[in-house]
Amino acid sequence: MDAIILQVLNGLDKGSAYALIALGLTLIFGTLGVVNFAHGALFMIGAFCAVTLSRILTLSHTIIDDTKTDFLGNPLKVEVPYIYDIFGQATGDVIIDWAVPLSILFSIPVMVAIGFAMERGLIKHFYKRPHADQILVTFGLAIVLQEIIKYFYGANPIPTPAPAAFTGSFDFGAMLGFDPNTIIYPYWRLVYFAFSAIIIGAVFAFLQFTTFGMVVRAGMADRETVGLLGINIDKRFTIMFGIAAAVAGLAGVMYAPINSPNYHMGMDFLVLSFVVVVVGGMGSLSGAVLAGFLLGILESFASMGAVLEVLPGINQIIIYLVAIIILLTRPRGLMGRKGVMEE
Amino acid sequence: MFGLTKKDTTLLIIVAVLAIFAPFILNPFPEGSAMAQFNAGYPDLMQRLVIFGIFAIGFNILFGLTGYLSFGHAAFLGVGSYAAIWMMKLLTMNVIPAIMISVIVAGLFSLLVGWISLRRSGIYFSILTLAFAQMSYSLAYSVLTPITGGETGLQPKVDDPRILDGALQSGQTPRANLFGLEMGTSYEMVVGNWVFTFNAGYYIAAIVMLLAFYLSIRIFRSPFGMMLRAVKSNQQRLNYTGLNSKPYTLAAFVISGMYAGLAGGLLVAMDTQVGAERMFWTASGEVVLMTILGGAGTLIGPVLGAGFIKYMENIVSKINKSILEQWFAFMPDGMEDFFITIVYPFIGKGWHLTLGLMFMMVVIFLPGGLVQGGQKIAGLFRGKKASDDAADGKTTPAE
Repeated sequence: MDAIILQVLNGLDKGSAYALIALGLTLIFGTLGVVNFAHGALFMIGAFCAVTLSRILTLSHTIIDDTKTDFLGNPLKVEVPYIYDIFGQATGDVIIDWAVPLSILFSIPVMVAIGFAMERGLIKHFYKRPHADQILVTFGLAIVLQEIIKYFYGANPIPTPAPAAFTGSFDFGAMLGFDPNTIIYPYWRLVYFAFSAIIIGAVFAFLQFTTFGMVVRAGMADRETVGLLGINIDKRFTIMFGIAAAVAGLAGVMYAPINSPNYHMGMDFLVLSFVVVVVGGMGSLSGAVLAGFLLGILESFASMGAVLEVLPGINQIIIYLVAIIILLTRPRGLMGRKGVMEE
Repeated sequence: MFGLTKKDTTLLIIVAVLAIFAPFILNPFPEGSAMAQFNAGYPDLMQRLVIFGIFAIGFNILFGLTGYLSFGHAAFLGVGSYAAIWMMKLLTMNVIPAIMISVIVAGLFSLLVGWISLRRSGIYFSILTLAFAQMSYSLAYSVLTPITGGETGLQPKVDDPRILDGALQSGQTPRANLFGLEMGTSYEMVVGNWVFTFNAGYYIAAIVMLLAFYLSIRIFRSPFGMMLRAVKSNQQRLNYTGLNSKPYTLAAFVISGMYAGLAGGLLVAMDTQVGAERMFWTASGEVVLMTILGGAGTLIGPVLGAGFIKYMENIVSKINKSILEQWFAFMPDGMEDFFITIVYPFIGKGWHLTLGLMFMMVVIFLPGGLVQGGQKIAGLFRGKKASDDAADGKTTPAE
């Protein structure tokens, strides 16, 4: 029993990332009808927003500290972050420590701006082109974004720690009445799960309970009619693209402490997220979220030692296998709607 | 000739002449000159040019004709490569059985993948093929290590059984050969300052490429090819006329899988080692890129695209900062630094950035690829009449 709970928990953080990326992909697909292969790159850029902010916060200048000397007897040169000068050392340390959560604020405008630029500058011109062209141009864009990040940040993963307050692990076992130390779960992963649940809830609430969301949903159902009613649906869809980009970016920001950002992390997640979208059902938001968590948890079950003994290597391919089975038995995915992407 | 129209024959002959004289054409700069590093006429690169040409020709039969965009073709190349290397380990170092088995195994594998993936079309098809390719890649890296060698990959060893070959004497290394003619054999011709290398492996690969190209022309011009085009332009209509299009698309898928296997087998024949990374999905993306860049749905396009990308990859990644400094040396200092700073991210290790940008530019401005670009330029010179010519000529734009 405890092993099962542990695997479910382990699956949650990856599942959250899949769900967030898949949600953004579905938003873009549902509104604009565009298959965005560059969505993984947005996730990656989000993670690098966290890296960038923590670098900005630790920008330092050198001062000579007369009270200490180095081993040659000269006055010691110390690097002092600018942030100490503004807030003093104690507050400065806290701010640097909390760089990753602070990046959320930093990344939202950045990601929305990138999303707008992408939609207006590139994707707008591809609405009327075949899906193959959309896939290809966004694939090219993904390569370009990835290489730009690689050029500025190098090819190695950059460790980006979570705030010290979240570094420990939480002992679920003790809480639920099992033996202590059987179900250990890092705090940050709990935070990540809670964070993504909030984001997903917010997106759904936004679509469900605001006038803006209502118009967008109407546009997803019948774009032409909404346009005929005198509503500028294109503008709203562009904003939705920005929101989808921000969702992917936020997923990336908070993922940075779990997995040190590197330039190809976006591509690694993208392939799986596409599979998630297809399993959930193209164009279905709740399907994307459901499939994201489901596949994340399945993957973590498949990597259990007992399972691997019976079916070696299953953890590597379980997601693809499930996708193949689902596509063959339920061609529209778990919650796909009729008439979406059926040519 | 060979059952081709006059235009197609001309095209085939042009490609043949280019392939035969490639060692001259790709070696335009004299040895020892500053530009000599941009020569591409060495065996290793020339072999890759034609082998990836075969890969792209095969991919084009599927994508160019039927419009089904597969993102998993590298898996067939990889499977073919593994089959070939096992032939070399178990049977003989002769390349013929290796290449034959690689085509057969890749064909069977693509039959399985195609049978499942072709139930869906559009984006679903792309993702299914991608899923299969990633699955093969992951398996090759993990569970199938006894067969694939995992991360280290496979290469022929001295103590492999090789039941058809005689035992190797000590100190001999197993080399791929064609009835004793080793793939690495080269003849160097020195003309003045130029050194031209004629490599046995290259010419074998080139002959195979010409055969593959000839076959693809025949497929393009056959009723079967016509059927595939019908699938691309309107599959629903085809179904309504009472035709089952699945056998046709499946046949196209298997044929292009066999081409990929052939390319994989040849890669092993030229350089006897395999690693799982050639099945990675970026490799699948690369062949898509080659086909699009050259011009999907055209005969010559994929060959051009493959050659262009492999050549550029080789040349661009060779340029480094000191070469740039030489090039821009004539400028005033400030301007020189400025230009070097701008160009630097795109060269050397930044080759992928250039590739990605090029890819985007082609998809945005030239959906028909280089072939369409060539037609447009030719059209400018010939005036309006050219656009009528292009429509019925040997090259049909993709969309």
